[in-house]
This record gives sequence, structure tokens and C-alpha cells, in this order.
Amino acid sequence: MTTPVLSTRGLQKSFGSLVVASDIAIALPQGVRYALIGPNGAGKTTLINLMTGMLRADAGQILLGDDDITALGPEARVRRGLVRTFQINSLFPDLNALEAVTLAICEREGVSRTWWRPLSAYSGAVDEAYGILKSLMLAEVCYRHTRELAYGQQRLLEIAIALATRPKVLLLDEPAAGVPREESAELFAAVTNLSRDITVLFIEHDMDFVFRFASRIIVMVGGRILLEGTPEQISADPRVREVYLGGAHHG
Amino acid sequence: MASVAPAISGPHQYLQAQTRWSRVEIAFWLATLLPFVVAPNYLVLASQVAITALFALSLDLILGYAGIVSLGHAAFFGFGAYTAGIISKYGWGEPLSGLLISGIAAGLLGYLMSFVIARFRHLALIMITLGFGFLLLEAANSASWLTGGADGLQGVRMWPLLGIFKFDLWGVTSYWYSLIVLFLLFLVSRRLIHSPFGLSLRGIRENIVRMRAIGAESRAHLQKVYTISAAMAGIAGAVLTQTTETVSLGVLDFQRSADLLVMLILGGAGRLYGGIVGAILYMVARDQFSGINPQYWYFPIGVLLIAVVLFLPNGILGGLAKITASERLQKWMRTLPPWLRGAS
Repeated sequence: MTTPVLSTRGLQKSFGSLVVASDIAIALPQGVRYALIGPNGAGKTTLINLMTGMLRADAGQILLGDDDITALGPEARVRRGLVRTFQINSLFPDLNALEAVTLAICEREGVSRTWWRPLSAYSGAVDEAYGILKSLMLAEVCYRHTRELAYGQQRLLEIAIALATRPKVLLLDEPAAGVPREESAELFAAVTNLSRDITVLFIEHDMDFVFRFASRIIVMVGGRILLEGTPEQISADPRVREVYLGGAHHG
Repeated sequence: MASVAPAISGPHQYLQAQTRWSRVEIAFWLATLLPFVVAPNYLVLASQVAITALFALSLDLILGYAGIVSLGHAAFFGFGAYTAGIISKYGWGEPLSGLLISGIAAGLLGYLMSFVIARFRHLALIMITLGFGFLLLEAANSASWLTGGADGLQGVRMWPLLGIFKFDLWGVTSYWYSLIVLFLLFLVSRRLIHSPFGLSLRGIRENIVRMRAIGAESRAHLQKVYTISAAMAGIAGAVLTQTTETVSLGVLDFQRSADLLVMLILGGAGRLYGGIVGAILYMVARDQFSGINPQYWYFPIGVLLIAVVLFLPNGILGGLAKITASERLQKWMRTLPPWLRGAS
């Protein structure tokens, strides 16, 4: 097997006596659509924060391809292709969708330092931004301020901005949180239809979506990885049933 | 400045439309020439207004666009003012090179400061900039051998502009000079805010956390804009020195930083013209009110400030933009002949 695009080895993190990540070892091959599931407080968002550098791990390693990125800050990781979106919209309220996506492209290309040429001179970046927005059904509303967009459109814009950084690995923290079910399906369809060059890992609570759109699933419980496998393996595993259905027995 | 949206056919046309000069803008700049004709006795005031407008524009770049709050921007204004005064006192009174040197000096100071500034936000920034302002004021006060201290800097003598135009008592040269400097630096600022760099600044203002998540070099951007803004503020200070041929400690005063913030909020931050409109209103109001009652002239300013913040949270220009964007006005505008509609 080829080198995984993103992998972690023995990742540890605790807040005081609360262990939020314990010996996390995962390996994501290229192009796979991973779902990260687990009960509330299992450490799913923490794991994303650790992988993207928003949190520092106490121990362990994070590798992007063959490169150890454990010591890099979040910005440097993004520039190498490890990109995330947020569970709660984290957007630019007063920029319109076109500007927000173009901004990400300009930062990626390093042209954001130039202040003497107008934005319209960078037609490549503008075209690319418009293309991304179009692919996510946002072209029609791209001149509207972000804060005026419908919630579902804002969720799509989260992904559009992340795509504009040209990620190798895209970590989506509950991409459809707060979106009505019908729209969620569209959103997940858009995510799974992304280029196969991009590896996607998403956190999601709705098991219908998880089993419909993920090609592999990671189950986390109490800061540990319980198991990892195909949707069939996961749905057949008694331990997963216990976590989701029988949790009450353990209090 | 008014956002009357034309029909948009594509993203390129949209972006080009953003940078196009609207008729309102052209009319505004033509109107800045009116004082020569309408109020030739007020050219000294007009020149002060232009200088303050430039100073406000420099604050708008960092506050309105990048979201850096500053209560100590007079530090750079004053630094530029003293630099221009001191080089003139010691024998070099050529205005244009003096302006350049003062701008560079204030820019350098701003660059040094930016290492601290780029690390903080909000309340911490207010305290740091405030403290820095006090620091510089006291430094200038105690270094009286250089600055003249509380007596002010004496012996500033400017050579004629370009060797031809003398700085006269009526402020004709002064107003031309400050207006041209304002306009040139306005052009630079306008260019800056419509560039990819300007877009990144707005991104920082809107959401610095997300900027990290797209791999942006936010800190470098902040340092750069702070340096540019400091240089502009320094140039504004230098113009004040050169046109008045004196420098007092007032150029570094906290009051100057606070007034500046008030002007920008009144006019509307993050709109490029906000600071300019704010400066005009504020300075003219001060001139008029203090003529009526020199002691209590801050009273009406206080009322105005509260009213603007309550009813026009985006300043006067923000309010105007809202009105021009309203449905009813749009409808009414469509009944006008095209040449009257303003933005092309």
C-alpha cells in the first residue's frame, strides 16, 4: 500500500486530568471519504484541532505524506494542504462569497502581499473562485454579503473557502450542522463528489448520512479510537451498537 | 462610495465596477476646490481640514479595514511633525524632501511598533497604543533641547514650495499643498484597499481565526498596513508643521488621537471617505461652535457622536449608503435621466 496522505502516531492530549486524546493512530489513504463518529465528548473535534494545529498535542506525531508536521503552526499546515472547516460557521460576514473565496486563493498564491494592483487584475484567481462557487451552487448569490446568505449556503461557503486553499486533506467538522435534512443530503453529495485527489474526513452525527456517504468509518469513544472499518464492518460490530445503544448500562 | 449596484454580468465586471470612479466621488474632489472661490478667508482652516482628513484616512486603513483599534495614532502624527520641524530648524527647509523624510521616519517607528501591535487585539491594543502615545508625549516633553518642550519648537522656516510658492498668511499655498498631498495619498489608499492585500485586511477585520485556517500571513499583513498607516500619519503631521511653521506638544496629545477616532466613527470607518467626511464635519463644527461658545463646544459634538452611533452605526456615510440602496430611492432614481443618477 502507498503512503497514507495523513497519519497520526500515538497522539496524546489531556486537559488537566481529562484525557481527550489517547494514543490516536490513524492513517488516511488518498481519496477516501472518512466519517469520524462517536458519542458527544468522544474527542472528535479535539482530534481535528490536534491534526490542524489549533491545539498542540502532548505527545505523538502527525504526518502529512512522509513529512512530520507536528511542529508546524496551523497556517503552515494549511499551506501544505491540511485544511479544515468549522462546526459553527466561521466566515467573513461583511465580505461577499466571491471575495471570501478569492481571498483564500490570493493567500494560497502569495499574491495577497501586493497592494498596488487591483484585485480585478488577477483574473485567474477570480475565475477559479467563481468556478468553486459554481460547483457548490453558490454562483447565483456570490455578490451577496456572507451574513445575508441562507444558513445552508453559509455552510457551503465554509467548504468553498476550504477548497480554495487547494487541500490534500479536508477535515469537515459537522459540515451539515443546523442544515435541514434535504439540504444536508445535497451538501454531502457535493462533498463526496469532490475531486478524488482530496481525502475527506467528516464528523457527522446522522448515521443515515454517514452510511450513505462515507467509504470508511472511524469510531471514537472517550478519547480513543474504538475501531475503524468499512460501513458494513462498523454496522455489524457489536461494540459500536453498545456505544450507541447500550451506553446507558454503564452510566 | 455610494453602492448603487449596476447590473452585473460576471465576476470580472463586478470587481471592475468596484474600482471604478463614481460621479459622486469625482464631484466630491471637485468640491474640495470650492474654498478657493467660496471661502478665501477660510483657506487656513481648509488646509487644517485637509491635513486632519489625511490623518483620519491613515487611521481608517488600520481601524476601518484591518480592525486595529488605536487610541495613540497621534504618536506618528507628532513624530512626523517634529521630524519635519527639526530638519527645517537645523537648516533643511525644502518642503517636499522634508515630507518624504518625515514619512519615512514615522513609517520606521510604525514598523518597530508593528511587532507589538500585530500580536494583540481589542482592549489590549487600546491600552498599548494609548500607553505608547503617552510615552512619546513625555519623551518629547523632556527632550526640550531638541523639541523645545512645552514652549514648542521655535525657528522652523520653510523654503518656498518648488522654490516658487511661498507659504503665505492667507493659506493659499498651504491649502493647495495639503490638498494635493491628501489627494495623492488618497489615491494610494484607494489602490491599496482594492488590491488583494486590501481584501486580506478586510478578511483579518472580519475573522482573524478563519484567516489562520486558510493559511493567511495575517501578522505580516498587519505589520505592513500599520507601517503604511504610520507613514501616512507622519506625513500629515509634517504638512501641519510645514504649513504653520511651528510645532507644539499638542501634535502628540491624547486629545488628538481621541478626536481622530471620533471623526472616523462620525464619518464611517472602513469606507475610505469616512475619515475625510468626518474631518470636514468635525473641524467645521468646531470652528463654528467654538465661535459661539468656546468653553462648551464639546457638548454638541457629544450629542452628535451619541446620535450617530445610536442611529447610524456605520457612520454618516454608512447611513447614506443604506439610504441610496433602499428600494424606494432606487425606484425613484430610475425615473431620473441617466446622467443624474450618480454612479455609472
